[in-house]
Amino acid sequence: MENILEVKDLTISFHTFSGEVQAIRGVDFELKKGETLAIVGESSSGKSVTTKSIMRLLPPGNSEIKRGEILFNGKDLAKLSDKSMQKIRGKEISMIFQDPMTSLNPTMKIGKQIMEPIIKHQNMSKAEAKERAMDLLRLVGIPNAEERFGQYPHQFSGGMRQRVVIAIALACNPKVLIADEPTTALDVTIQAQILELMKDLQKKIDTSIIFITHDLGVVANVADRVAVMYGGKIVEIGTVDEIFYNPKHPYTWGLISSMPSLDSKDDELYAIPGTPPNLLHPPIGDAFAPRNEYAMQIDLEEQPPMFKVSETHYAATWLLHPDAPKVEPPLAVKKRMDQFQTWQEVK
Amino acid sequence: MKQREKLVEIRNLKQYFNAGKPSMVKAIDDISFDIYKGETLGLVGESGCGKSTTGRTIIRLYDATDGEVFFNGEDVHGTKSKAQLKDFNRKMQMIFQDPYASLNPRLKIADIIAEGIDIHGLAKNKEDRMQQVQNLLETVGLNREHANRYPHEFSGGQRQRIGIARALAVQPEFIIADEPISALDVSIQAQVVNLLKKLQIEHGLTYLFIAHDLSMVKYISDRIGVMYFGKLVELASSEELYKNPIHPYTQSLLSAIPAPDPYSERIRKRKVYNPNIHEYDEGEDLQMREVKPDHFVYCSEKEFKQYQTIHTK
Repeated sequence: MENILEVKDLTISFHTFSGEVQAIRGVDFELKKGETLAIVGESSSGKSVTTKSIMRLLPPGNSEIKRGEILFNGKDLAKLSDKSMQKIRGKEISMIFQDPMTSLNPTMKIGKQIMEPIIKHQNMSKAEAKERAMDLLRLVGIPNAEERFGQYPHQFSGGMRQRVVIAIALACNPKVLIADEPTTALDVTIQAQILELMKDLQKKIDTSIIFITHDLGVVANVADRVAVMYGGKIVEIGTVDEIFYNPKHPYTWGLISSMPSLDSKDDELYAIPGTPPNLLHPPIGDAFAPRNEYAMQIDLEEQPPMFKVSETHYAATWLLHPDAPKVEPPLAVKKRMDQFQTWQEVK
Repeated sequence: MKQREKLVEIRNLKQYFNAGKPSMVKAIDDISFDIYKGETLGLVGESGCGKSTTGRTIIRLYDATDGEVFFNGEDVHGTKSKAQLKDFNRKMQMIFQDPYASLNPRLKIADIIAEGIDIHGLAKNKEDRMQQVQNLLETVGLNREHANRYPHEFSGGQRQRIGIARALAVQPEFIIADEPISALDVSIQAQVVNLLKKLQIEHGLTYLFIAHDLSMVKYISDRIGVMYFGKLVELASSEELYKNPIHPYTQSLLSAIPAPDPYSERIRKRKVYNPNIHEYDEGEDLQMREVKPDHFVYCSEKEFKQYQTIHTK
């Protein structure tokens, strides 16, 4: 499959009063046509900064792209002028934000907000744009589109507002859709509806999706591939099955074992000890080493490179080095691996 | 089942906002349940279903429109002297959802934690007060040196620990935790849940755990109540509720949770709840009925018989 977006060695810093915060420290990934790539990680892992930099939405004053390229259709978005970026943003690449309460303009009717990108990017007349906006409302499953068109955001529930935000994002049939925790603020039943809607729409208009979330249940539901971020880096990337059933990085192990499984009630939940690193002074070695019970001396001294596990699966941990000692993953992870083995054999 | 002692009894509790006006909201509409000593009762439901209001009404942050709450056999909402109220407030504490908004940014941690100690006169002198604060900080996994810092110096998970220490400071018997982990990162959630469990065993605490994250609720709770539009629709032990949900709303809620398991996600079918399927007649007698031992469902007489034939074999 062809790549629609390639991010190469992206490095971003924020200049603050207390010094330089190295939010993104060399991120590489590509997005294929029609796929959903989920990015998981905790707050401050750099997942939102990565996607905001693709949209060029980082604050111009204190953020700096120090290194790296964001290649979209052969163009480097990192070096594009603001004017040419405006032609891409909202048309070729669009974004769904976390909080549908704040990402809509409260003083503007819904219909007008949906028409805005259509008129701006597609040279349609007002009447045509209205027709298209109405179609979009129906597409995202909002009943009584005629009536809803003239209403304000406060007249919509949270789930309905997120549908409107999705309608705006899809208005110009974008090639890439970035969804930054689109369902975190919603209830489970509404979340399920929105996820179904997004998958359905993806099939219809063949968009590639970057889906940011920290809910591994949602990841298992939507993703084709998964990138796990920690301390401003991608520490593991692979297909959804590889990450869930054959994870290699101790941080991924920690994430997976810290979730209670629905069928067993263990005595104590595994908790990753400690807190995320301070990126004002990132550690010299592996950023996860201080919280990692499998850490070795080299983890404190040198950052691990990406080791290849399979054609699609890479992980940055010294444990994959040929000289590293063999370690047993935690029980919860081992159970998953075994279960996957049996499934494979059945197949 | 062990012999169980009721700690909190909620009887026909109602909480209407804007009562009498056209904008009246029945946030809690006639619910009754018991909380047993030493257990964790989980309360789940969608936003707006009244689960937080229930917690807040039990602890008297709101005055109930109608109904009774008994704590150790005593009526909480009845008229009381100030001294009685104070005593009651000591036994029942709350942990709030947002660890950023629930700590006063202008107070030092020591003063935040010791506020209850001061009000209830639980410290003999200044040294004793500080000693208690430092012990509490260590109990929740922070350092004693943290006592002299301000809230902004802490991360979300640490702040939630401070909120827990504050609740523990007055040696309560019953803690209402209103979405205590929703605002925290995944890796930190497990830390806080483990801490709550540990404290429960060490101090013999009883919890009302309000949340919308169903997998965590199942993990921490002994029993779970499901709320829908101000009503409690199902109440059972957490194992039982997940294995055999009876009320169609519970079934739909459970079927909507995505599991962190790509294989099961590919085959998961979501059930949609349509309140009209009940086809209740006007004035039909709807109430919580015990379909199986310790498994209560809100239903009509007719449904009760159906549920019984389907679910008890």
